[in-house]
Amino acid sequence: MLFYIVRRFLYMIIILWVVSIVAFVIIQLPAGDYLSYHIQNLKQRGITFIERDELRGLEERYGLNLPIYAQYGKWVWNMLHGDFGQSFLWNKEVSELLGERLMLTVIISILTMLFAYGIAIPVGIYSATHQYSIADYGFTIAGFAGLATPNFLLALILMFVFYKYFGLSAGGLFSPAYQLAPWSLAKVLDMLKHLPIPIIVIGTAGTAELIRVMRGCLLDELRKQYVITARAKGVSERALLFKYPVRIAINPIISTIGWTLPYIISGETITAIVLSLPTTGPLLFQALMTQDMYLAGSTIMFLAVLTVIGTLISDILLVWVDPRIRYEREGTH
Amino acid sequence: MRKEKETFTAEERYYLASQWQLMWRQFKKHKLALVGGSILIVLYITAIFCEFFSPYHIYTRSKYLYCPPQRIHFFDEEGFHLRPFIYGLEGSRDPVTLRMKYSVDKTKNYPIYFSVHGCEYKFWGLFKTDIHLFGVKEGPLFLFGTDKLGRDLFSRNLYASRISLSIGLVGVAIAFVLGCILGGISGYYGGVADTIIQRIVEFSISIPTIPLWMALSAALPPRWSPIKVYFGITVILSIVGWSGLARVVRGKLLELREEDFVMAARISGTSERGIITGHLLPSFLSYLIVDLTLRIPWMILGETALSFLGLGIRPPAVSWGTLLKDGQNIRTVAQFPWLLIPGLFVIVVVLAFSFLGDGLRDAADPYK
Repeated sequence: MLFYIVRRFLYMIIILWVVSIVAFVIIQLPAGDYLSYHIQNLKQRGITFIERDELRGLEERYGLNLPIYAQYGKWVWNMLHGDFGQSFLWNKEVSELLGERLMLTVIISILTMLFAYGIAIPVGIYSATHQYSIADYGFTIAGFAGLATPNFLLALILMFVFYKYFGLSAGGLFSPAYQLAPWSLAKVLDMLKHLPIPIIVIGTAGTAELIRVMRGCLLDELRKQYVITARAKGVSERALLFKYPVRIAINPIISTIGWTLPYIISGETITAIVLSLPTTGPLLFQALMTQDMYLAGSTIMFLAVLTVIGTLISDILLVWVDPRIRYEREGTH
Repeated sequence: MRKEKETFTAEERYYLASQWQLMWRQFKKHKLALVGGSILIVLYITAIFCEFFSPYHIYTRSKYLYCPPQRIHFFDEEGFHLRPFIYGLEGSRDPVTLRMKYSVDKTKNYPIYFSVHGCEYKFWGLFKTDIHLFGVKEGPLFLFGTDKLGRDLFSRNLYASRISLSIGLVGVAIAFVLGCILGGISGYYGGVADTIIQRIVEFSISIPTIPLWMALSAALPPRWSPIKVYFGITVILSIVGWSGLARVVRGKLLELREEDFVMAARISGTSERGIITGHLLPSFLSYLIVDLTLRIPWMILGETALSFLGLGIRPPAVSWGTLLKDGQNIRTVAQFPWLLIPGLFVIVVVLAFSFLGDGLRDAADPYK
């Protein structure tokens, strides 16, 4: 078990290293370096005289006079010390900008996962035990429709419905009164009121997929002989269902966290842009549109770190929960 | 020969049938897959010949801005007409909001004809013609309404489908080549190459795709021509798409490598290449086709999302995503809901591909 965790942890470090390279490449992608952009940006604001010392300071900070691999080293070094560079769009430190938004992204992602699993598992069980019933067909059709509708379109449709029939604006995460207010209980309650739409929008596609997996696994399980044996011996249907087949069928569902989490964060990004949620999505979008590359690169880095850590936790949990996987993995790896 | 075949019993015919015949037989049982397949055939045909099927050119402007979709009628006060027609449009400006309002002008009716001479276009860039499948000889015809510049959205949707539908195919083709080569190396040779490729696959599965796509497509130079952007976007979409495919190829190869027929081929002196192309590839080709079919809609969804944000296909080229971009503002959508029609196309196409893929998956292994 410990060996597995250490091994998995080392893999995570390797993946994070690759992520950091990708993020650095993204920062370097636009033509020209950070400094020339900074100067151009200042000129656009009408500042033509720039202190030489200030420029030298920036050059020093990002190591812009160094060769490219050294720049990368400097960037990683700075990042490990909590310096993610500066956003010239906002004229603030990147870490300052990302903090709260990242937290909201995490909250929304976790709630969306709870929503997806909370709906998918019971619906999957019902669909499998009532195969080919009207409700089963209904769930299947709804599931397919949910899979086929792009996130942003669902967001638009929901916003349209709310706007047209209830006269509400569905965007945002806070009422105007709380937008800039410091955190308080009232603000949290206000946020909870705004959360359902984003969660439904982000979670629908994943839920649909999970329902299909759950239904399929449980159907496979219910056809096995031990179920027939148990039934023949007179075990009640309820105990029979929940004692073994459901527990076994849930495992593959839980092991899908590895791809559900990237999927949800991916969906969260675009949904947040449409619904203008104060999370990392719109920040990334704006940063990319204005080529505010340190902000964009760091956002991607953070999102990737979040997913990788989330996946690691889910993998460890899974091994801890299911002894079969534990032995299997120790055997093969 | 044919006569003989008919005298076989059903069971004998089953054993005589080739693998592909068995697949087709299995596939035909899946009704939804047949429906999905037919819808896709129709959509792809209209996309290929979109100049012919659309009544107007993509950039033709009219004086009717934000005109709602018109209805096709068969009945008027005089009764039934075999030839469908539409009523005229009358635009007036609302004195309070200063917005254009359109009402149906029942005094005028314009019959719809087939093969009408309309605006001239160059068919596939080869020869000039001005024949359109249907149209009106006078008056406007806006089946899906018009956009903010008074352009016919029905025509624009058809033109957009050409880009949106083809991007899925081209992207999957690139992903297919990459996935086969890398997955093949990984699964057949194993060792260090396998470890490295598998880590790359794990990496690309474990990071969120849309932020990465956004960053990469934002970096496409703004001065690129629409065709370059098109290919740039396709390559970006397939960068992530190949990894899942490589995993399927690898898994299947590992499974098949141990089979007796591969061993037999090796003992009888078939070259490595001969084994791969002659024995291994045909035996998992059907699985690959299924996987590819299910991957196309993801590419289409990805392109739509990127273009919707303004990071994908750029005007003057149109895709469903760029059309939906006009409906980004909720107030605009509330007034002009027909701007969301391209979304309907996306949903139908993705559903059709999912059903088709489902049917193909059932048919992929007819010996089961």
